[in-house]
Amino acid sequence: MLSLSSVCPGRKMASLRIRMQPCLFSVLLLNVLCSFVSALYFHIGETEKKCFIEEIPDETMIIGNYRTQLYDKQREEYLPATQGLGMFVEVKDPDDKVILSRQYGSEGRFTFTSHTPGEHQICLHSNSSKFSLFAGGMLRVHLDIQVGEHANNYAEIAAKDKLTELQLRVRQLVEQVDQIQKEQNYQRYREERFRQTSESTNQRVLWWSIVQTLILVAIGIWQMRHLKSFFEAKKLV
Amino acid sequence: MLYLSLTCLLLLNACVVSGTEITFELPDNDKQCFYEELEKDVKFDIDFQVISGGNYDVDCFVTDPHDNALYNEKKKQYDSFSHTTTMKGVYKVCFSNEFSTFTHKVVYLDFRHGNEEPILDSMKRTTALTQLESSCVAIHEILKVVADSQTWYRLREAQDRTKAEHLLERVTYWSIGETVLLFVIGIGQVMMLKSFFSDKKGSVAATT
Repeated sequence: MLSLSSVCPGRKMASLRIRMQPCLFSVLLLNVLCSFVSALYFHIGETEKKCFIEEIPDETMIIGNYRTQLYDKQREEYLPATQGLGMFVEVKDPDDKVILSRQYGSEGRFTFTSHTPGEHQICLHSNSSKFSLFAGGMLRVHLDIQVGEHANNYAEIAAKDKLTELQLRVRQLVEQVDQIQKEQNYQRYREERFRQTSESTNQRVLWWSIVQTLILVAIGIWQMRHLKSFFEAKKLV
Repeated sequence: MLYLSLTCLLLLNACVVSGTEITFELPDNDKQCFYEELEKDVKFDIDFQVISGGNYDVDCFVTDPHDNALYNEKKKQYDSFSHTTTMKGVYKVCFSNEFSTFTHKVVYLDFRHGNEEPILDSMKRTTALTQLESSCVAIHEILKVVADSQTWYRLREAQDRTKAEHLLERVTYWSIGETVLLFVIGIGQVMMLKSFFSDKKGSVAATT
């Protein structure tokens, strides 16, 4: 574990720390009050279910933010959806076990941490049962998924652990390196699975070739013997 | 040299990008579009890869707010596309699997645009960074490249792994199918031959 005090000169840190404190609190407050900024968006139909796959190592946190907008025919533009309209979020782990299954409002944020490495599936669909709500149009969903180190809220960490700017930068580097190491462990696990699949295929092809040859020879012999006895019985041979 | 590298790092800090990477499933005969609202003179990069399904290819096109095609490629397995926006508006990235009749594809998309927000507002100042801070920024950039490289290899490996698993499945089904076929044909041939001779014997007996 990197020792922050050994990295940064003491006196400079003290003066920085005094200046940082009120700044950090205001930044934290701003972060909390700040609404979700626009991100990539897509359209989803009434009963449509959109699924996204995240292949992640274990013990990795994922934070998903979404915001919905509904097309308003009168104003002919997309406006934030009504409170009654919510999205149903379902998250499945690589073994197809449901780890999160909840309904959120028209704007929501879901978090989960993976306990097994592999492909996790995040599915979203609207909970609307009244077809008139969509007015024949589509629901616009802004989605932002942050994985691992990107999911960390550094302003919060800085305020909680009372870190200066430099300490925070170093903390970010530590988190990044952690994530890289987790990914490498996952890569080792994946390579093993790939190797097992290949060896399995190799074995099956080998056995099948042998068995097929034996079956062919056996059927050939049986056919000839059977026909010979048949023709002898018919007195043609 | 040191000052030059420091200023370079400072500029590098200002020019880094942030974005969204998602992996989604594209059913057969379907089209999926993603939209992003961008300002003018913003550089964006799009990276996509087909991870599984059929021939591992997909159609992709990118349009600007006036529906002009900026990028239009058919049946690509993976590609990168870069563009600097000339107007403010909604840019669209679409993937189409309409040429495929029964294979659904899994596509990975990485949409990077604009500048990365510094993790603290106090970092937005434009004064020169100290040597330690510049080192931190440099390491941060390199680690981002490492993480991107890992993602690239993870995707290639995922594609190879899906191919290997499909191969295993197909070998298994083909083995079982061929065993059944062999037995059916072997016994069937003998039965048919016997039936030919049985009829002839009957007609021969009738004529003599």
